[in-house]
Amino acid sequence: MQLTGDYLALAYLVSATLFILGLKGLTHPASARRGNYYAMLGMLLAIVATVLTPAVRSYDFIIAGVVLGATIGTLIALKIRMTAMPQLVAALHSFVGLTAVLVAVGTYLTHSREGTLTTVLMAELFIGTFIGAITFTGSLVAFGKLQGIITGKPLVFRGQHILNLLMALLMIGLGIQFLLHNQFDALLAVIALALALGILLIVPIGGADMPVVVSMLNSYSGWAAAATGFTLGNNLLIITGALVGFSGAILSYIMSKAMNRSIASIVLGGFGGGEGATGAGPGADNTKGVKTAAVEDAVFLMANASKVIIVPGYGMAVAQAQHALKELADILENKGVTVHFAIHPVAGRMPGHMNVLLAEADVPYDHVFEMEDINPEFTTADVALVVGANDVTNPAAKSDKASPIYGMPILDVYKAHQIFFIKRSMNPGYSGVENQLFYQDNCSLVFGDAKKVCEKMVVELKAA
Amino acid sequence: MSATMIALYVFVLACFIGYWVIWGVTPSLHTPLLSLTNAISGIIIVGAILVAGFGQGGGPAEIIGFIAVTLASINIFGGFVVTQRMLAMFKKKK
Repeated sequence: MQLTGDYLALAYLVSATLFILGLKGLTHPASARRGNYYAMLGMLLAIVATVLTPAVRSYDFIIAGVVLGATIGTLIALKIRMTAMPQLVAALHSFVGLTAVLVAVGTYLTHSREGTLTTVLMAELFIGTFIGAITFTGSLVAFGKLQGIITGKPLVFRGQHILNLLMALLMIGLGIQFLLHNQFDALLAVIALALALGILLIVPIGGADMPVVVSMLNSYSGWAAAATGFTLGNNLLIITGALVGFSGAILSYIMSKAMNRSIASIVLGGFGGGEGATGAGPGADNTKGVKTAAVEDAVFLMANASKVIIVPGYGMAVAQAQHALKELADILENKGVTVHFAIHPVAGRMPGHMNVLLAEADVPYDHVFEMEDINPEFTTADVALVVGANDVTNPAAKSDKASPIYGMPILDVYKAHQIFFIKRSMNPGYSGVENQLFYQDNCSLVFGDAKKVCEKMVVELKAA
Repeated sequence: MSATMIALYVFVLACFIGYWVIWGVTPSLHTPLLSLTNAISGIIIVGAILVAGFGQGGGPAEIIGFIAVTLASINIFGGFVVTQRMLAMFKKKK
């Protein structure tokens, strides 16, 4: 059986529709799994339809590639820990980028063998290769930063932006050379430049801006797929690429809004000294003017509260404290305390990071609230427990016009009757700004590793 | 209208669909959104298949195609499976 013309187009149309329905499913957790099945079905249909076209004349390489890729992909997906999701997402973006480059080069080779190269096709190949190559190395750098192979600190040097601009101009010049004279070498030079540019674009961006970087690279991977669609004249690739491209772009916008920063300032980089939540410095013992509390005190107040709001941040992920936190919430609820979780949009290293970790620990999603929904509730909360979050709770963002984080939307933790803030040391958050919350009368710090403190709280609560 | 223009029409209209659909996604599912888009951007496998299956025997183009098919398959299977794993964890209170 072979698929041609309109039948192939029809299969692709059904497939594109299934992808759209799949994404639409993510509107609510209840419909999300069905959405994922729709998308899987769409993919299966697209692959089968493509293999059945007369343009495909041999199957060995295709079958070998799918079997190999399916094995590797499934194994990784089953083994990966939820805390490592940002790295996995970054790695998968890099694969899309590299695939786009390979498909462009392969298409050039096959078309020049057939003698069917046109200027339009070559222009599309040029665009596809450079977006793909930037996505590839940019995502590799993001992966390295998230995995801790490369420092999370922004790498900034003089003339960085001028260098990037010159490289981009040179790349366009080489692209024109390729178009006018059909020089394959020029295309290879474009790829080399784009690979270098991908690295240079991401190194100046600090670890805590990763939610935006991950979203941006998601967007690039979509545009790379769309550009490949233009080269192949394939509407399914164009539609899917546009969906993914816009998905990443909207996520980047939401994330940068939640930090009150422009995407441009994040892309130019250099913000944030490093890994606030992870860096435990024994030297930073400046506890002057702050109150500390023992675990027993915190437990006593929480057990007698009617409402407790827990605010998790990246520190919870680093300490792997989500399971202990869930146990703590369960015990409190059994004692008749209402427990809610409050999540800031940029908590963690990628959009939705905290939600996934809490879901992994079996916290029901209807107990987890987004910033706008939970903020009015802090005034009626007896206790707010902050676990590994920092800048997103700093009231200076509202009151101190001189603060670097002024204007950033925050969780209104400061309005709670009593705040317990679990912290490893007095180190400030990634913005390097000290948290004004610590100097409030209603705030007490509980020093220690987030997981150990939560476990101790559980033990105390059980004994009480 | 040339083929390229039709492709451009499809692209622009798809951008609008993307815009409306993605704004509807609940923030709590933003990580599964990333992994699901990881999976569906593996649709680039269509291009990889066309290169890998272009001719008989193993020319340089077909070998490049084979690598591309492998990478795109990692994306597809890895993306869908991990999305499934995550979504299975999102439960309501019993």
